[in-house]
Amino acid sequence: MATVAVRTPGRVTRWTIVNVIVVVYALTPVLWILSLSFKTKDTLTDGSFIPKSWTLQNYADIFQTTDFLRALLNSIGIALIATLIAVVLGTMAAYAIARLEFPGKKALVGISLLIAMFPQVSLVSPLFNMERGLGIFDTWPGLILPYITFALPLSIYTLSAFFREIPWELEKAAKMDGATPAQAFRKVIAPLAAPGVFTTAILVFIFCWNDFLFAISLTSTNAARTVPAALQYFTGASYFDDPTGTTSAAAVVITIPIILFVLFFQRRIVAGLTSGAVKG
Amino acid sequence: MAEIVLDKVTKRYPDGALAVSEVDFQIADGEFIILVGPSGCGKSTTLNMIAGLEDISEGELRIDGQRVNEKAPKDRDIAMVFQSYALYPHMSVRENMAFPLRLAKVDDATVRAKVEEAARTLDLTQHLDRKPGNLSGGQRQRVAMGRAIVRSPKAFLMDEPLSNLDAKLRVQMRTSLSKLQKQLGTTTVYVTHDQTEAMTLGDRVVVLRNGLVQQIGSPQFLYEHPANLFVAGFIGSPSMNFLPATLAEGQVNSPLGQFALTDRVRRLVEAADAPREVILGIRPEHFEDAHLLDEAAKAGGGTFTAHVDVLESMGSDKYAYFTVEGDQATSQELEELAADSGSADVPASGSQVVTRLSAASEAAEGSSLEIWFDADKIQLFDPANGKNLTYTE
Repeated sequence: MATVAVRTPGRVTRWTIVNVIVVVYALTPVLWILSLSFKTKDTLTDGSFIPKSWTLQNYADIFQTTDFLRALLNSIGIALIATLIAVVLGTMAAYAIARLEFPGKKALVGISLLIAMFPQVSLVSPLFNMERGLGIFDTWPGLILPYITFALPLSIYTLSAFFREIPWELEKAAKMDGATPAQAFRKVIAPLAAPGVFTTAILVFIFCWNDFLFAISLTSTNAARTVPAALQYFTGASYFDDPTGTTSAAAVVITIPIILFVLFFQRRIVAGLTSGAVKG
Repeated sequence: MAEIVLDKVTKRYPDGALAVSEVDFQIADGEFIILVGPSGCGKSTTLNMIAGLEDISEGELRIDGQRVNEKAPKDRDIAMVFQSYALYPHMSVRENMAFPLRLAKVDDATVRAKVEEAARTLDLTQHLDRKPGNLSGGQRQRVAMGRAIVRSPKAFLMDEPLSNLDAKLRVQMRTSLSKLQKQLGTTTVYVTHDQTEAMTLGDRVVVLRNGLVQQIGSPQFLYEHPANLFVAGFIGSPSMNFLPATLAEGQVNSPLGQFALTDRVRRLVEAADAPREVILGIRPEHFEDAHLLDEAAKAGGGTFTAHVDVLESMGSDKYAYFTVEGDQATSQELEELAADSGSADVPASGSQVVTRLSAASEAAEGSSLEIWFDADKIQLFDPANGKNLTYTE
């Protein structure tokens, strides 16, 4: 066990300074965007960190264009569906990989790793042609499918690590206590794997939400264009307006679901949930 | 409450390795039976086959006269306590203990009553609402026991349930476990590698080695009449002394000196058609400080003088260790036992002999001592196959 660090004033100060540096480094660009989104058109380029005159006009503008609302809807729908499918499939695959010996297990793990390493940009053109042939270009399934493909290796890897942490004896104990294999999974293994499932869900959701490459290449209209791609086509209220303010506002808006998603699931990611299962 | 019968039960892994070979014994209703042996002897595999967690390759397992080979663990109605306790960490103590009853669809009032009764028996009432993570090792062990006893199963299976506790608690839990089993009267199969637990807990002990049953019997019987070298060396602490010896015309020539076989031993040896070269086994308590005995008491044995290497005074007894010259007794069984206890790597010239002397002995470390031994208590083994040549039922 690690020894508990002594809280000397010097140590506290050092850590506080380090933490402040990290937080400032990470948050400055975000705050800058936030600041831009509240600035009026005239003060946009004044270089002041805190807006001199505040306005909510940018936010009002983006919600008045149907483009943005439609893109937001696409983003939420596509990311949620892809996350759900990838996590469910990933859970089952990871459980099998962690618990069972079956022929081709190594090959399966190897192939999923290969997919994760494959440069996505080189797949864009073939995917474009395939999706046009299949008639799913510029539709939700057209984006959900590649997202699942690239999210699955990620979710299988994180989840199988979590499953390996769960003592196998718990499953045996459940069987001895009279549980069917399905009951053992549902009542004992699944609750213990929940932190892993939520962690994976967050990672997969962020991956789908932030994707730009597929979103820009495999869509052509508002039918399936997600927010990262839609931002590219932002023009402001008219074609001649500088879109910086509205783009910033949209960027702020699309970070909100991610923050909510993380906050909502974070409470469920309780570290050390398995402590006390075995041994003393 | 059940009778369990293992009828030539065999476990063979797909790679051909034989883990358990034709294990054949009956466990009477309410009996406390111990499976003991060094690690890798197949005792846990046997237990898992009774539980249904591992398939039986050949043979038949019957519970209450019914073949259960193909039944899932949940349909065999037996409870198991694991070495790691395997408590469900996301459930409170109460939920852990109620889990088997909930799965059996018992109604809430009964569940409550049964859990509370079990908690009272195991002194867990004040911990019912805590999570396993906040309990001490001994408390966790008791929760694991509680989860087994709540549903009054046909039998308990225990896989080294005390080996994760510290020494003092282990002794304490051992007695309460024994009391609990007597009180409930439930058939119990208990796996351990600790011969002390085997001796103190069991009605009968099954000694396993390399998947083969070596001997089955009451602890006292195994101690006094081991069937072979392995059982003789495994049961008893400190373990039996083994020395090379030769037999000739009713005389034994050993590092302890030359002495005559007693009538009882000679009859057994003749009946067993013993070879010339044998291994002589003698337990530490069959030695005594010769100065403490009168001539009449010494008549049935031999005496020899030895140099005491180490003397351990336990208060009630004294253990004197000395080395006798000559070769060590060698056999495959003894090598295995040495490997299991980790003493195989200790370099030794000559054989070490441990003797238990009475506390009144004036033996001192580094000085010579005249030691008497009881010639009627010696056991002779065949070095080729380890068989006890002086074995009697």
